[in-house]
Amino acid sequence: MGVLSRSTAMAVTLSIASTVGGAGRPLSAAEAQEPAAVTSKDELAGLRSQLEALKEDYTTRLAEIEARLDALQPPIQAEAAVPGGAGPAASPPASLPIYGGAAASSKVFNPDIAVIGDFIGAAGKSPGGGEPSLDMHESEVSFQAVVDPYARADFFLTFGPDEVGVEEGFITFPTLPGGLAMKVGKMRDAFGKVDAMHNHVMPWTDRPLVNRNLVGGEDSLADAGISVSRLIPNPWLFLEVTGQVYRGESAVFKAPTRGDLAYVSHLRAYRDLSESSNLDLGGSFAYGHNGVTSDSTTRLLGIDATYRWRPLRRSIYTHVLGRGELIWSRRQDLPRSVDAFGAYGYLEYQFARRWFAGARFDYSDRADEPSVADKGGSLLLTYWPSEFSQVRAQYRHTRLGEGRTTNELLFQFLFAIGAHGAHAF
Amino acid sequence: MRILSSLRAGTAALLLLLCAHPLHAAVNVVASTEDMAALTREVGGDRVKVDFIGRGYQDPHFVEAKPSFIRTLAKADLLVVVGRELEIGWLPPLILQSRNARIQQGADGYFDASLTAKILEIPTTQVTRAMGDVHPLGNPHYWLDPDNGRRIAEAIATKLAALSPPDAAYFRNRYADFDRRVAEAAKRWDAAMAPYRGLKVVTYHRSWPNFCDRFGLDVVGYVEPKPGIPPSPRHTLDLIREMKRLGVKILLVEPYFDVKTPQSIGRETGAKVLVMPPSVGGEKEITDYIGLFDYDINLLVSAIKEAGAR
Repeated sequence: MGVLSRSTAMAVTLSIASTVGGAGRPLSAAEAQEPAAVTSKDELAGLRSQLEALKEDYTTRLAEIEARLDALQPPIQAEAAVPGGAGPAASPPASLPIYGGAAASSKVFNPDIAVIGDFIGAAGKSPGGGEPSLDMHESEVSFQAVVDPYARADFFLTFGPDEVGVEEGFITFPTLPGGLAMKVGKMRDAFGKVDAMHNHVMPWTDRPLVNRNLVGGEDSLADAGISVSRLIPNPWLFLEVTGQVYRGESAVFKAPTRGDLAYVSHLRAYRDLSESSNLDLGGSFAYGHNGVTSDSTTRLLGIDATYRWRPLRRSIYTHVLGRGELIWSRRQDLPRSVDAFGAYGYLEYQFARRWFAGARFDYSDRADEPSVADKGGSLLLTYWPSEFSQVRAQYRHTRLGEGRTTNELLFQFLFAIGAHGAHAF
Repeated sequence: MRILSSLRAGTAALLLLLCAHPLHAAVNVVASTEDMAALTREVGGDRVKVDFIGRGYQDPHFVEAKPSFIRTLAKADLLVVVGRELEIGWLPPLILQSRNARIQQGADGYFDASLTAKILEIPTTQVTRAMGDVHPLGNPHYWLDPDNGRRIAEAIATKLAALSPPDAAYFRNRYADFDRRVAEAAKRWDAAMAPYRGLKVVTYHRSWPNFCDRFGLDVVGYVEPKPGIPPSPRHTLDLIREMKRLGVKILLVEPYFDVKTPQSIGRETGAKVLVMPPSVGGEKEITDYIGLFDYDINLLVSAIKEAGAR
């Protein structure tokens, strides 16, 4: 009833407006065209009086209608004051409420969302526990969007079997003055090649032994911090230097006091050898307190080298990648200081559009017991049904420092839905 | 005293550097593919310096985001992209890492060439990845219609004029000249293709809708069962049956795909397998946009004659 009354009133108002407008337009036209002033003046006066009469007529009629409607309708002002959208669902509002802008456009600015599932299965004897037989290892949800003309933001939330965490959440200012790019937030560190990798972009189901023993494994040195990087211009190669400052609370570092920050730096040099092959070299350094005593620190030094070959004309069918990483750790366990070393080597060959074979060799001392060294080797086979899913099998042989030997078969399903991410390089 | 003199020397060197740098420098353009580079060169002439990322003979969906391209992008004044999500897998991280504010998406130096072009195959229903690697914004291989080439060139000329106002007339003239040359050449291409209007063809990927639309070819099937999905035995058998039924005698393959499946289809059906480059630079002799159509139409017409398709 309330709606009806409102729309009737509106219709009446509209008809008045159109009548007034309709009478007014020819009038002004006649005024402009008629050269005989006397006749036009008379006409004008006539029309004006007509218009007045019309107006009066409508005003009285409108008042009458309104009075009648008011009589018909018990006072429901209280309800009418509620915005249309909040009213009962049965009566659609005459006009949509405006809550600070058009409601539909909010979707336009929603971030790109993707979900990546990482399922790992394991078989074979592993006396040290190791991976569970079947494990929804990780579900990663990413939200990525441009913040404003100066920045973008990326969030990666991970849901493990029994924990939820912010794997990364940072803002990037890609074009600061001086050719600088800056990231602020919680992020994976730039030490070496593997640390920065999310689980689903690794070519293996696990991380190399050296990363597990010396650089904190899956969690790496990921921490809250600030990262600044810059290209060093030169005519020969791509040269990028990155400096990062972290709070100092990660799988490797523990800050006894607020001022005990951790630092990571990385230098990357890249050069195309030909249009199908290239060389990628890196050097990394990390330093921070390890929490054993208030003064004890850990230093990490790493070098990495990657060679890639991919012929452009057959780029979707074949490629070769060879990579090696060497890492040295000096961990102060005062009064002594423990030096450990580890490395891995990896070779990957794509032999068909959707098939990849790989082999990895692992060696690593333990960070706190360098006399105990773990060794291992893996063979890998990966199949891509499409760009958005992968199935991987890994045979892993490990000879642990204590003398135990394990032979395991791991398999992995990776699957992504949502926004199309960039391909890893 | 020594500090002062070295300061003076430094200032002099700096001044010299500034003077050596021409006041009216060429616009640095980076194109995401060789086609866009070729069109930019047509209108930009010697007032632009054009670089590109993806080569004409590689699959434009799968260019690698090599750091060397970051160096190229770092000094660009203008980035010309094909758009329609063709480069979604590799260009965004390159732009982000270029540290170049001029070419970030939304900035003046980011130019999407598809905005004034005629785009085909824009999905009208909900798209899902069950359809393969679909492009939700329409088919990105739109440069293969010469009329779109003219539209892109005009838009690039306008963009270059905005970036370098003193050269506006130069770019306009170059565009007018290019437009005239393409229109003239198009008469030749249309005439060459006129006898074969309605000819049924099969292509590997959906790279040719604009080309076939323009020159009246009828695409009746694809070697890929779905965009981006490699051929499956079952789909191949279905395709062979369909090609035999319709009497398809021409099978077009982009140079970056494996020809093994197309060749076995060709043997079964008697169709001619034609490796036809969809881009400038796809073959050594294709050095410009007009040359691309000259090459492709020449290749196509002689193949049609040879296959006795008409």
